[in-house]
Amino acid sequence: MIEVLEILILSLADDELFIGHRHAEWIGLGPILEEDIAFASIAQDETGHAQAYYQILTDLGLPTPDEYAFKREASAFRSAHLVELPNFEYDYGMALMRHFLYDAAEQVRLDALRKSAYEPLAGLAERLLREEKYHWLHARVWIQRLGRSTEEAHHRLQAALDQLFPYAWMLFEEMPHEEKMIEAGWVPPSAELRMRWLEKISPILMEANLAYSEPKADELQAFQGGRHGIRSPYFDSLYAEMTEVSASDPEAEW
Amino acid sequence: MSSLDPRIRRAEPELWEIPLRSLEPLEHWQTYEVFVMRTRGSQAQHVGSLHAPDAEMALILAKEQFARRSQCVALWVVPTEAILWTNPEEEEIFLPATDKSYREPQGYLHTRERIERFKDRLKPLQSYD
Repeated sequence: MIEVLEILILSLADDELFIGHRHAEWIGLGPILEEDIAFASIAQDETGHAQAYYQILTDLGLPTPDEYAFKREASAFRSAHLVELPNFEYDYGMALMRHFLYDAAEQVRLDALRKSAYEPLAGLAERLLREEKYHWLHARVWIQRLGRSTEEAHHRLQAALDQLFPYAWMLFEEMPHEEKMIEAGWVPPSAELRMRWLEKISPILMEANLAYSEPKADELQAFQGGRHGIRSPYFDSLYAEMTEVSASDPEAEW
Repeated sequence: MSSLDPRIRRAEPELWEIPLRSLEPLEHWQTYEVFVMRTRGSQAQHVGSLHAPDAEMALILAKEQFARRSQCVALWVVPTEAILWTNPEEEEIFLPATDKSYREPQGYLHTRERIERFKDRLKPLQSYD
């Protein structure tokens, strides 16, 4: 059963690890100083959350957070492809939309995990929600404002939503052995969480006059597999960059 | 939340009402002055200023600019333009023209000794009662 637990925790942790890294790529490039600092701070929070999730496994005698983060085979990662996507043209509309879709999902996930029968996870979720409340506020308020501002802002957000929505949809891809996790009372079914996520984001998107359409099963081929160890085409360069320093001296103490 | 106290206009994160104010193209964001309340009931202290498109966004951005390292229980933001201040060039209005040291606390430094001295002076009078 510990293998099943590891799948669950890595799915949560790996999302945090890579979204933290992708957000952090904006340091020094944010649209204004104040927002640059706020977004960098959110990035730090997410990376910290990844560490806290890995630690649950470490406490069970599994690898350390550093080993999980920096010394794993690509196929052993469980992240959704949404968080591996590069910042492409460094369009802040894209960054905010990913932040919005992701943090809405986090809210829904953590809210469910608070009631998890696996106590270390429930306790951690309660703690992480403290920071997540701010992340969600930051994301939501930006989307609400920009969605109703200029035509350009609206256009860029809509383009970002079109591109990101199927990826975000797969944040709720069914995990391997998910039925065992549900039976143990660790998590509700991913499909159920996806419905709660839609309920959370749709009124805000609607208010901002932003539209999405639910992807059909046969359209999802290119976006799925993250939870099953299939990596997006962007993973290799991302991971090479992330591990550049740790690989330069694998024995170093940080 | 309504109150007769004009300072009380609290933002409830889940229920913020978003004022629909649109900025003109290339309009500069205004600046807000930020105050941090470090413990419940203590005075909010001015810590700096920042740019924001409106007051709610100012609160959101202020949290990471000014409350990420030290303790904070509440943040205040005030549009800089709402503040009326005196011109430092006219600082002389704060300088006394005559000796006003009696207003300063050291005027009370030796109060205890003075009381004791006064009591000593009273003693011979009391002994005749």
